[in-house]
Amino acid sequence: MSERRTVTVEVNGERRSGSVEPRTTLADFLRDELGLTGTHLGCEHGVCGACTVLLDGRSVRSCLMLAVQADGCSLRTVEGLAAEGGELHPVQEAFSAEHGLQCGFCTPGFLMATLELLSESPQPSEEQIRSHLSGNLCRCTGYHHIVKAVLRAAETMRGDVAASRA
Amino acid sequence: MTEPGTANARAARRVPIESVRPHQFVGQRLRRKEDARLVSGKGRYLADLVVPGMRHAAVLRSPVPHGRIAAFDASEALALDGVDAVFTGRDLLGKVGPFVEGGRLEISPVFLDKVGPEVKPHAMPVLAAEDVHFVGQPVAVVVAASRYLAEDALELIRVDYEELPVVTDPEAALAPGAPVLHGHLGDNVAAHFVVESGDVDAELDRAPHVYRGRFEVGRQASNAMEPRGVLATSDDGTGDLTVWCTSARPHLVRTFLSEMLGIPLDRIRVISPDMGGSFGTGVFSEDFLIPFVARELGRPVRWVEDRSENLLVTRHGRDQVHLVEVGYDDDGRILALKDRFLVDAGAYNQYAITVSYNAAAHARNQFDIPAVRLEGLNVLTNKAPVAPVRGAGRPEVTFMMDRVVDIVAHETGIDPVECRRRNLVRPEQMPYHAGIPYRDGVDIVYDRADFPAQLSQLCDLVDYAAFRKEQAEARREGRRLGIGFSSYMEGSGFGPHEGAVVRVDTNGHVTVYTGANAHGQGLATTLAQVCADQLGVTPEDVTVRMGDTSFIPYGIGTFASRSAVTAGTATGVAAGLVREKALAIAAELLEVSSSDLELEEGTVRVRGTPSREVSLGDVARAAAPGPRSRLPAGMEPVLEAEHYYVPPSVTWSSGTHAAVVEVDEETGFVRVLRYLTVDDCGQMLNPTIVEGQVHGGVALGLGEALTEEVIYDATGQPLTGTYMDYLLPTTAETPPITVAHQVCPSEVNPFGIKGCGEGGAVGPPAAIANAIVDALRPLDVRISRVPIRPERLLELIEVAKAGSAHDGGVGALEDGGAGSRS
Repeated sequence: MSERRTVTVEVNGERRSGSVEPRTTLADFLRDELGLTGTHLGCEHGVCGACTVLLDGRSVRSCLMLAVQADGCSLRTVEGLAAEGGELHPVQEAFSAEHGLQCGFCTPGFLMATLELLSESPQPSEEQIRSHLSGNLCRCTGYHHIVKAVLRAAETMRGDVAASRA
Repeated sequence: MTEPGTANARAARRVPIESVRPHQFVGQRLRRKEDARLVSGKGRYLADLVVPGMRHAAVLRSPVPHGRIAAFDASEALALDGVDAVFTGRDLLGKVGPFVEGGRLEISPVFLDKVGPEVKPHAMPVLAAEDVHFVGQPVAVVVAASRYLAEDALELIRVDYEELPVVTDPEAALAPGAPVLHGHLGDNVAAHFVVESGDVDAELDRAPHVYRGRFEVGRQASNAMEPRGVLATSDDGTGDLTVWCTSARPHLVRTFLSEMLGIPLDRIRVISPDMGGSFGTGVFSEDFLIPFVARELGRPVRWVEDRSENLLVTRHGRDQVHLVEVGYDDDGRILALKDRFLVDAGAYNQYAITVSYNAAAHARNQFDIPAVRLEGLNVLTNKAPVAPVRGAGRPEVTFMMDRVVDIVAHETGIDPVECRRRNLVRPEQMPYHAGIPYRDGVDIVYDRADFPAQLSQLCDLVDYAAFRKEQAEARREGRRLGIGFSSYMEGSGFGPHEGAVVRVDTNGHVTVYTGANAHGQGLATTLAQVCADQLGVTPEDVTVRMGDTSFIPYGIGTFASRSAVTAGTATGVAAGLVREKALAIAAELLEVSSSDLELEEGTVRVRGTPSREVSLGDVARAAAPGPRSRLPAGMEPVLEAEHYYVPPSVTWSSGTHAAVVEVDEETGFVRVLRYLTVDDCGQMLNPTIVEGQVHGGVALGLGEALTEEVIYDATGQPLTGTYMDYLLPTTAETPPITVAHQVCPSEVNPFGIKGCGEGGAVGPPAAIANAIVDALRPLDVRISRVPIRPERLLELIEVAKAGSAHDGGVGALEDGGAGSRS
């Protein structure tokens, strides 16, 4: 168990390395080695989705992956959403504006899953949103305001894209 | 130490309503102060906290539901590199005092006097030393260099158990000859009470019809998304103890720690960091075990449970059986209710009668019933302890009562909404005396409300008449649509007290410290709104700090829909006192009478002479101690005030819910198409936050109605250890929720606040069950148990079909059936 491996990843645009046991999960690597505690562990068996991060642009459950499997990959976590100056990403902004979070524990997973959805479907229907987010559990909100937040984020981001093209 | 809020102090502490300033920020849909941090991954939850030199703990739990520890061998575990220590129950003997039930703090002497419940105290060992009573009971703890190593070590510990007979059903546990869990209690009854109003037997005798039935509510687990955890560090030199834990009640944890570890109260600091939900609250073995271990080892120790531990032990709730007799007349009027109910308390009844009496106190619901008799029993079985989970007795008893109203409607041939309306307490009967005390001992008197108007508002919202047409059309197409209603009462704002300290710093910034402790409810925002109005600043000027015993000497915590009411009132009153003090000091500074001053947006001005003003920061500087202080003679320095609000009793919120469902007769699958609520939680502090509370409650209630259940097999083994077996509602099952409000401000507190934390979770089991029955009305399927999983509903449908083919319509009388008195 004690043999250690070096894992190097690009996280939120920054190259980071750490030394881990081969059995270390990606979530524990992010949290304990890299200090990125915004990625949360809710079930550690791949159902709740709180630990969702983007790996090369696709959502993964970081509790179900080993850190060594992510070696050489590019990762995006909740810490990488806001702009340099701290301005919230439209998805973060929309979750706050629509009261799409309460305790905030599941929120990073929802934000990352939403980011993936909106990169694939910039104008999702409510049904698409509900289907895409059905792999993330929230006990506080009843999802009602989360769905509204995603619709709002989509609208803002479409506006941003249109503005940048104009 | 005596806490504020003893029975004697109660009556004297009413707050004069005329001193309340009008609402400006209260009632506004302000964005939450908490959000920016939480959406940026900057929340600080227990598992995010790291202390230098910290070690990691893992807890070994009993795999047997009832047994005696015959042998224990940790030698292999201790030999593992990186393992510091293993502690067993024997290592704690004489060092850690017993953990007796948390409920003892909540039973008032007045209540004991009036109701005279039988409550048999029994301590739960922090680690079992001899006997184990449920699967998951802590048996040993390992401390190691990492959590991975600690869990490796758990697998190397050998424990031999001598297995003992098991009982998992509360009715079987009451039968003669049943295995007794705790020999010194004599039997498995941990608590028992009877409470009544009116002459139930006489009313039942007189009633033209009597319905007898049985209702069951399955065991639900609270499932905060954040697993529970504890981090403790003990100062080597002073022995002072600092404990971080995911508890909504840090002051209570401190009290227990002081008693159990023998440390003076003020040398213990308990901090609750950001919490990822709660939905059931209290104190746990690990809250004492980890601090004990940290002291023994002289190093910081952190423990965080995993989800399978959470599903095993972290706050199971519900698990009740109600046996009822209901007398009613031809007009659908309910004349008498007799309910004998069992709470399956699991192996340790840690909350005395909190849940069972809460069920009794809410049984009457919104209905005017001439006579009620409620008998509650907390029964011990070899399952994890049951505790208050969001709703805490209300969803169970509301499921029973609202099903009864529907059954009475059906038996009398009256429309279910009309039958409901006929039984409601009418506005002219207010203030309505329920005839029994609440669990604080004060007789229940319903707060200002208009139940018929609430029902009408909901019927308009759902468009009841239009739905009946839609339903009839759907039936012709072979689709089964149904609508169901539920109404409820929510005693909220439970005491005995909550306090707030409001302080202005020399920059004019305001900080509120309170003993309430949010775990997602947004109190940092709502209390800032209350403070801003009463002090004369804006919410941006206010920071709310909570969850730390060093902030305020006494605190109760956040649970039981209490914090908006109790901490809200305490904050408002303390802010008003700060305002008065600020005006008195400003009068000194400006050399005018304080009655000529006004304080708005953080500035004190002379009325009519706006150029003469001082900022709140100027006033705070003048209030600082020292030679430059400009305080009026005799006034203590520091621009601050403290107030402990002692509610005379609870406020009574209420609500009515409607569910529209579609049932697939072939699969038994139920889809909730629409869910609508009208609630009355008095003066709302922030309607958006109230709506969020309702939505979340409804989803939890929907889980209880349809999917969620902690299941044990007959041998006492839990079968629902993962989220593949225990099914929480997702976006796919939870429908859009329409929330509307009726606002009847409370008369109990000066700001008119009623609680809203639990109501959302109370209505869904009954509303959804009634909707399923309505959808399947042609088959006369009856539902007397939740959750209603597809396989169970399919069984009921099949039985109903067989029954109706056979005898023309009696159907599946799972609930025992109804009938006229012979």
